[in-house]
Amino acid sequence: MGDEVDGVTGVEPAGGRWPGAGPLLLGVRHHGPGSARAVRAALQAAQPRAVLIEGPPEADALIPLAADEDMRPPVALLAHAVDEPGHSAFWPLAEFSPEWVAIRWALERDVPARFIDLPATHTLAWDKERPDGDGCAGEGTAQRPSEGRPPEADVRVDPLAALAGAAGYDDPERWWEDVVEHRGAGEGDVFAPFLALEEAMGALREAYGSGGGHDRDLVREAYMRLQVRSARREFGDAVAVVCGAWHVPALRRKEAVTADRALMKGLPKVKADMTWVPWTHRRLSRASGYGAGIESPGWYAHLFGVPDRPVERWLTRVAGLLREEDRIVSSAHVIEAVRLAGTLAAMRGRPLPGLSETTDAVRAVMCDGSDVPLELVRDRLVVGDVLGEVPRTAPAVPLQRDLTRIQRRLRLKPEAPERELELDLREETDAGRSRLLHRLRLLGIGWGEPAASRGSTGTFRETWRLRWEPDLSVRVAEAGVWGTTVLAAATAKVEADAVAAQALAEVTELAERCLLSGLPDALPVVMRVLADRAALDADVGHLAQALPALVRSLRYGDVRGTDTGALAGVAAGLAERIFVGLPPACAALDADAAEEMRRHVDAVHGAVALLGDTPAAVHDGLRTRWHGVLRVLSGRDTVPGVLRGRAARLLLDDGEVEQEQAARLMGLALSPGTPPADAAAWIEGFVGGGGGMLLVHDERLLGLVDTWLTGVPGEAFTDVLPLLRRTFSAYEPGVRRTLGELVRRGPGRGGGGAGRTGAGMPGFAADLDQERADAVLPVVRLLLGPAGPGPSPAPGPGPGKQGGDELVGVAG
Amino acid sequence: MSVSVEPTSVEPSRSHSAPANAKEAEALRPHAENAFAAELAALAAHDDRPRPPRWKLSPWAVATYLLGGTLPDGTVITPKYVGPRRIVEVAVTTLATDRALLLLGVPGTAKTWVSEHLAAAVSGDSTLLVQGTAGTPEEAIRYGWNYAQLLAYGPSRDALVPSPVMRAMTRGMTARVEELTRIPADVQDTLITILSEKTLPIPELGEEVQAVRGFNLIATANDRDRGVNDLSSALRRRFNTVVLPLPESPEAEVDIVARRVDQLGRSLDLPAVPDGTDEIRRVVTVFRELRDGITTDGRTKLKSPSGTLSTAEAISVVTGGLALAAHFGDGVLRAGDVAAGILGAVVRDPAADRVVWQEYLETVVRERDGWKDFYRACREVSG
Repeated sequence: MGDEVDGVTGVEPAGGRWPGAGPLLLGVRHHGPGSARAVRAALQAAQPRAVLIEGPPEADALIPLAADEDMRPPVALLAHAVDEPGHSAFWPLAEFSPEWVAIRWALERDVPARFIDLPATHTLAWDKERPDGDGCAGEGTAQRPSEGRPPEADVRVDPLAALAGAAGYDDPERWWEDVVEHRGAGEGDVFAPFLALEEAMGALREAYGSGGGHDRDLVREAYMRLQVRSARREFGDAVAVVCGAWHVPALRRKEAVTADRALMKGLPKVKADMTWVPWTHRRLSRASGYGAGIESPGWYAHLFGVPDRPVERWLTRVAGLLREEDRIVSSAHVIEAVRLAGTLAAMRGRPLPGLSETTDAVRAVMCDGSDVPLELVRDRLVVGDVLGEVPRTAPAVPLQRDLTRIQRRLRLKPEAPERELELDLREETDAGRSRLLHRLRLLGIGWGEPAASRGSTGTFRETWRLRWEPDLSVRVAEAGVWGTTVLAAATAKVEADAVAAQALAEVTELAERCLLSGLPDALPVVMRVLADRAALDADVGHLAQALPALVRSLRYGDVRGTDTGALAGVAAGLAERIFVGLPPACAALDADAAEEMRRHVDAVHGAVALLGDTPAAVHDGLRTRWHGVLRVLSGRDTVPGVLRGRAARLLLDDGEVEQEQAARLMGLALSPGTPPADAAAWIEGFVGGGGGMLLVHDERLLGLVDTWLTGVPGEAFTDVLPLLRRTFSAYEPGVRRTLGELVRRGPGRGGGGAGRTGAGMPGFAADLDQERADAVLPVVRLLLGPAGPGPSPAPGPGPGKQGGDELVGVAG
Repeated sequence: MSVSVEPTSVEPSRSHSAPANAKEAEALRPHAENAFAAELAALAAHDDRPRPPRWKLSPWAVATYLLGGTLPDGTVITPKYVGPRRIVEVAVTTLATDRALLLLGVPGTAKTWVSEHLAAAVSGDSTLLVQGTAGTPEEAIRYGWNYAQLLAYGPSRDALVPSPVMRAMTRGMTARVEELTRIPADVQDTLITILSEKTLPIPELGEEVQAVRGFNLIATANDRDRGVNDLSSALRRRFNTVVLPLPESPEAEVDIVARRVDQLGRSLDLPAVPDGTDEIRRVVTVFRELRDGITTDGRTKLKSPSGTLSTAEAISVVTGGLALAAHFGDGVLRAGDVAAGILGAVVRDPAADRVVWQEYLETVVRERDGWKDFYRACREVSG
């Protein structure tokens, strides 16, 4: 440290401890905190005149931004093809990444720092050649040697796994941690570990062949060699190179310049652009998307950040977190956990307790052996909630570029004044506009707000109110975290929202918006979450609320030609759970709860009717089972009257219950044994909400109500009156008047009516009024088309009923 | 000491296990330290790592004894516990510190088995045992009196009858408490002084017994029926807790169930029933899925019923089914024979569990290939 420049040879201006000849090659494990410490110590000791870093050279211009005070890791370098923003690659950098440490060290001392990996121009083009064309997972992870855990078919070996295996470890990560990461910094020779590692990698490369990486590695290494060579021409040997440990022997090797140049010939190219984007710890972890492949970024950040006593400090943090969550954790717990972790490490023969030892200790001492609080520790501390920040001066994110492109294609200009936009979803362009606006809304970019359509209420029309506020550009930049194209970003956002959603209804809403926005890729995740939430939600009310929205989505999906098979499946599953849970949930409810449940029953009934037409549901006999549930409801005494009445009514409407049976049910409900309030509730359920026509047409039912009403004792009548008033006052005036007239005529004729309805349609006279029936025929013929004039509809109840149903279906 | 590798030899054990006598060879169930004496001796012979005071083996060797392995001379140590290595390591490490060890788990997860073998390997004696019941008195944990002595000569150490825990303290050995949560709360709490102060006061004599180095305690408890006598937080704090998990893979569980059912069937003299592996697999699958709250294909989440649905219960369901099939059926174990048993095991709470069960039937069982007969049978008994 602080060694004076002695000018020993002129070409070696740095401290007297420059190790060996040639450039200082620092092989690291990407995102290894121990590597980062070692790199910092080595740079400090060697004081190189330039720092070369494995990374895309297009980002050289962006390096100074790393010193910006608004720049906070984790961040990522993002490279994307200019004409195709969806095609991109990431180089994530955390605070504890050796590359980041090297960049910051260089910037602090005004030492030039450069990236020397193969330009993204080529690597992006490589990814593009791949048949699946998905570049996202490509480069960012491939740069890390230990990450190359090969799929079985791939011959590419994992160098660290091989080394760890040789050392008798089954887990390469743990081996690396023990040997490199957990080594305290500053002991002994700061360069020794790098030399040892280089030797080991050299041996490995010999054993497995340098192609143990793969062909692309050879090209990249050739390029890096060329870059190192040109840097040495400029700065002499006082150049430090920070790269993946695997590459070190290749960079050390002397190769003919011409041979290296030859490898560069004919590489594919795309026009690439680079910028910094904020990153998160969660994305660094292996569990999510294009992670950098480290399981415990939070733990690594801790190891890197603490001055000393990492285990004690870590366990104290864990205790703090558990206390915040109202678990009783005392200092004594922390002491015991530290002791257990230390003893465990000794028993396992490790130099220091690692994450697995501390986790075991936390589980045994602080969590009573349970994994539930431990999951919290893992999520909040081991992975961590850290979100990076990027200064505003960073170049525009590709999302903005993609948005501009789409706006141009759809001829939809961002304009400040507010205007209204009518869309006809049957047209290609309008459908595209609608999708764009919906997607932007999902991303929190409120350019357009849906407005109520004027005139047509068809599902193929949409009205939007558009207004581009200047701060929406900031929103676009913020949304850049989610992806590089509007489609990808919206998909990622919806998926994240679905996973984070609290209530079932939120998830169904997301499903709906998925369909509106045309995000088929996000749908499986949303459906998955939805199915999981539905399975675990014990409240039938929640399920019943979710179902109609889902069924509505199905219909939207139809309009937009989305494949809704999965949706229908989930909806059917949801319905199934409601069927099972509904009868027990309907028992012993008070008046308000019963009323709410009645609304649920109605909603489910409507949804099942719509859902019943989908092939899956028809196959399953969904409707039949729903009728079974309704039958149970209508016949169970513990179910409140309003629900029993409603169930009976719905069955009657569907033709599942004969008129006689309905009358019998009503008779039972209104028999003298039933408390009057309960009976009135039954009536409300049965004929409430547009049920007036039923009473008008079926005088027998009216007669039953009438008989019951006259039989209600005087003192009970005042209790019943509000209920009845609520029921009957909801009818249309015409219906009310007709009912009144019928009642005035007296109940005697009602009994006669019951006798006559036996043969004919319910509510109609048995005999046909020939004259009036004939008058209808021409209209019916007109409606049903000219094909059927031959066999004239036979006068009789059967066909008449059929025709009537069909007409209703058409009109609806 | 001559070490014979023949399993019948109990020689080495006699030298350090005091109560051993000739009858032990015929014992229905020999203690762990006798049954595996040869393995323990071989481990001790090869054990060159540091041992905590009064331990017969080093922690590393204790872990090997439980998890199995092969010694340098070729002696094979049979695995006593098949499960995550982590669990055994944490358990042994806990005993090496001065913290007590609490083994939690649902019935049938080998808690007692592990505790017995740990005590045998650490102290060479697994007999210092207190069996916890609702009637366990304080004397069982502290000390009692020999009343004849007490009346004749007054209170003295000679009149004292030490408990297993007290004996373990004076000798620096491992004591065991089984079913800790079944012991009444006030009796449980007598352990607090023992575990935190490592002393046992004897106020009648104005003395105390101090634990010798090497003393520790292993307790087992059932973590599903916590309600019995939950541990006070003061006591809980003295323990490191290790939860013994249920069998990890369905195959392992099917294997355990099939083996136990076979043994039970023979001891109950049930008529032989041809291979019922398919039905056993089905029972295990149902139990696992409902227990874990997710189907085996990982596609559908499920609600879990309130019962424990342990492996032990699966065994009793299958045994019951076998008896039905043998005595009333056609001698083949069919879906109908196990359906009623499963229903009884799953539906413990008539309201909530029934919904869980019906949902499971309708959303999972009904659509599963080859489960039609089972679905029908379950519908029949569920009503």
